[in-house]
Amino acid sequence: MAGGKERVLRRRIGSVQNTKKITRAMELIAATRVVKAQQRARAAKPYAKQITAVIENLAAGGAEVDHPLLRQADKVERVGVVVISSDRGLAGPYNSAVIRAAERQVQNARSEGADYSLIVIGKKARDYFAFRNYTVDSYTDGISDNPTYEDARRVADTVASMFTDGRVDRVELVYTEFISIGSQKVTTRRFLPLESTETIAAEGGGEIGVSGSFEFEPSPEAVLAALLPRYVEARLFGALLESAASEHANRQRAMKAATDNAEELITKLSREMNRARQDAITTEIMEIVSGAEALGSDDKSDSQNDIEEPVAAGVEA
Amino acid sequence: MTFQVELVSPEAISYSGEAEMVIARTLEGGDIAFQPGHVPFIGVLAVWSVDVIRPDGNRDTIAVHQGFVQVVGTRVSVLSDVSESSADIDVERARVAKGNAEAALATDRDDTESAGALARAELRLRVAGAEA
Repeated sequence: MAGGKERVLRRRIGSVQNTKKITRAMELIAATRVVKAQQRARAAKPYAKQITAVIENLAAGGAEVDHPLLRQADKVERVGVVVISSDRGLAGPYNSAVIRAAERQVQNARSEGADYSLIVIGKKARDYFAFRNYTVDSYTDGISDNPTYEDARRVADTVASMFTDGRVDRVELVYTEFISIGSQKVTTRRFLPLESTETIAAEGGGEIGVSGSFEFEPSPEAVLAALLPRYVEARLFGALLESAASEHANRQRAMKAATDNAEELITKLSREMNRARQDAITTEIMEIVSGAEALGSDDKSDSQNDIEEPVAAGVEA
Repeated sequence: MTFQVELVSPEAISYSGEAEMVIARTLEGGDIAFQPGHVPFIGVLAVWSVDVIRPDGNRDTIAVHQGFVQVVGTRVSVLSDVSESSADIDVERARVAKGNAEAALATDRDDTESAGALARAELRLRVAGAEA
């Protein structure tokens, strides 16, 4: 009876406190990781920019070649969907949002009468699609947390060879764009075929060179042929880095919310527990008082004062 | 007059500084040296070193495992997946890699992967100033 409810509540508070410690630690880890991931994403920008600049200058120099990565299919029979998710959960809506966008791409492909081909990065998306009986054609894990260029190159090569072999006629890239710590957005981009060099150049972002006569070695075509695969890799690498930063930012936010909730729950439960304890004390006192009264009715009346005074003190405390 | 030289890898800008002259080796084209005022140039680099001659006359040698070089005005950018300065090179590892590649080539002459590995290992050893 006495203290039963109190003990239960005390145990619950203890468990919520432990959970809070964990979510708090995860929040702090995610906070440091997001900064690092952000720096890496920023450090990767110059390369992507420069590659774009070179393509721009090539376009200005009039190099337009028939490269397999530029192949425009007359009829799209199979759409490749590259989806970048994370290996671990507890990142709020991060995974579900990007997976939903990828599933929409698959449905789009189907409604166009085309087949689909899923290229999945991260355990979460694999689990989702495997559970729903989608065919996953390529799966990579262990890279989304902290992607290296080597990882990006491996996946990009897989995708590029699928495209050049004609196994897919179009590839969409679904990832989470990192806008700022407070804002990330699921984005779908056309990955392959690459737009013609003119379009890449027009989208720009690179430094405009001195327009006009460039010298090329060995030849504009050879440069472009060597350059385009690198461009594909750099784009995927950029998307991977942004996704990693977004994952950590989302996790940080989710864990902060969890920590705040735990705090609130602890306050609420402690109040409840205090009330239960107070109730138990009051009940106990009432029992003593009534017991004493029962005895005191036979006894002398001054003995009642001895008992009642400490009782009053106890209730106030 | 000097150049602004940048070595850009996908992960970071790995080298940046002033230079009087930059020497690189392009695919098929052989060695080429750039000085300020060079005509705009884009080239594919071979597995070879890029030498940067600084204004004070010192020379930085960097191993570049393929990539591109772009010269525009007073800027030289070298884009490469892998570039290493002599301080970054693990001589022992390069020696071992060279031995392995040579052994693989001895059994299979057309092993292009091993040929590439051999070229990279030899370049590393040369840049690090260690003879095999």
